[in-house]
Amino acid sequence: MSLIEITEVRKSFGSNEVLKGINIDVNSGEVIAIIGKSGSGKSTLLRCINGLETINAGTIAVAGAQLLPDDLHLKALRLKVGMIFQGFNLFPHLTAGKNVMLSQMVVKKVKKDAAEAMARRQLDRVGLLHKFDAYPDELSGGQQQRVAIARALAMEPIALLCDEITSALDPELVQEVLAVVKELASEGMTLLMVTHEMRFARDVCSRVVFMHQGRVHEIGPPGEVFASPRTPELQQFLGMQAA
Amino acid sequence: MIQFSTWDIVSNLLLAARWTVVLSLVSFIGGGIVGLLVLFARIGKFAGLRRAAKVYIEVFQGTPLLMQLFLAFFGLGLFGINVPAWLAAGFALTLWTAAFLAEIWRGCVEAIAKGQWEASSSLGMGYMQQMRWVVLPQALKIAVPPTVGFSVQVVKGTALTSIIGFVELSKAGTMVTNATFQPFTVYGFVALIYFALCWPLSKSSQILERKLNVAHRNH
Repeated sequence: MSLIEITEVRKSFGSNEVLKGINIDVNSGEVIAIIGKSGSGKSTLLRCINGLETINAGTIAVAGAQLLPDDLHLKALRLKVGMIFQGFNLFPHLTAGKNVMLSQMVVKKVKKDAAEAMARRQLDRVGLLHKFDAYPDELSGGQQQRVAIARALAMEPIALLCDEITSALDPELVQEVLAVVKELASEGMTLLMVTHEMRFARDVCSRVVFMHQGRVHEIGPPGEVFASPRTPELQQFLGMQAA
Repeated sequence: MIQFSTWDIVSNLLLAARWTVVLSLVSFIGGGIVGLLVLFARIGKFAGLRRAAKVYIEVFQGTPLLMQLFLAFFGLGLFGINVPAWLAAGFALTLWTAAFLAEIWRGCVEAIAKGQWEASSSLGMGYMQQMRWVVLPQALKIAVPPTVGFSVQVVKGTALTSIIGFVELSKAGTMVTNATFQPFTVYGFVALIYFALCWPLSKSSQILERKLNVAHRNH
């Protein structure tokens, strides 16, 4: 059985259908890159998996648990799937350490000592233990994003959703974040990432999903998808990227 | 004819100013508590409560405070309830303050970026947890300057209660004028006392605003 099962998922905003029947099964430990033009529905798909958008039709199941729009099911799902955002979304009134501790204590009712130990462990994992007491506005974009990753990891999810996590970063800061993601991938974390980093997708991902006009247009191992795109849309998309 | 010294005038006004301060405090604190309830109704999950809070705010913002005082004072009298002036004044001012504070605070809560809600949702937090740990701590900091600034309006609003016979600073001014026949002197002192109450408030509001803006820090 797959870890994440996305079946015939449809999503509309008003009369605009952005997801037109998506089917993807993700196995445990897979690293999946979702690529495509803006407006192809890739971010929306990711947000649906986490319940930030409600789907109009189809089903999403994570480790056997169905995504249902009531609070109880949503919370259960969100404990399994962490999400990292383009804009970092750290809590600006809390230090890096407190950012990582908060949800453990509030949602999982972990004791403060244990939450702090976990926060230190996760910040160390992303190379930012020395920034434990720094506030987000004292950190660079790359550091903020790494704290956000640590914050998601502290909830011990079985999969991580990454929504263009390097798009808001200065070019020289992209690599430090990707290095952390690569490390996670090598440790066997299941990752679903919307990305524009084609080289990263090629090197690290087990499968690449090309989305076009709300549908999965092509899917396959990066070697195939990048080397011999079957559809003119993907050829054109990859051509644009190379140019 | 009896002669009144300046001190006679000022001391009587200052005694009455105590009631202005008390009424302001009661209205502000009471209005803050009611305003918080209205705020939660206004931004909460229940459509009925949201609508009710919206109507409440619109009614109190859309009618003169003076009318609200009259209605509180005379309206309850229609039902044979004898409302003393201080009660009607405190009641009306509390409700009036609550409407404005709820609306000010709603703006502050809505100023918190959508990403904060999404990030805390994705970490599994429920609505109340998000409010308590993520949104309100940030909103509170933005809310301090406009809230302190609005307290000036409350102090000045208490002057209207003189019309329903509550003896605070303005009413005392009128009474002292009737005894001394020195309206300019008396009302000059009245204005000075109001200024002495309000100026520190608006000044501190400005300082707080500058402090929170210039630093650009959220902690």
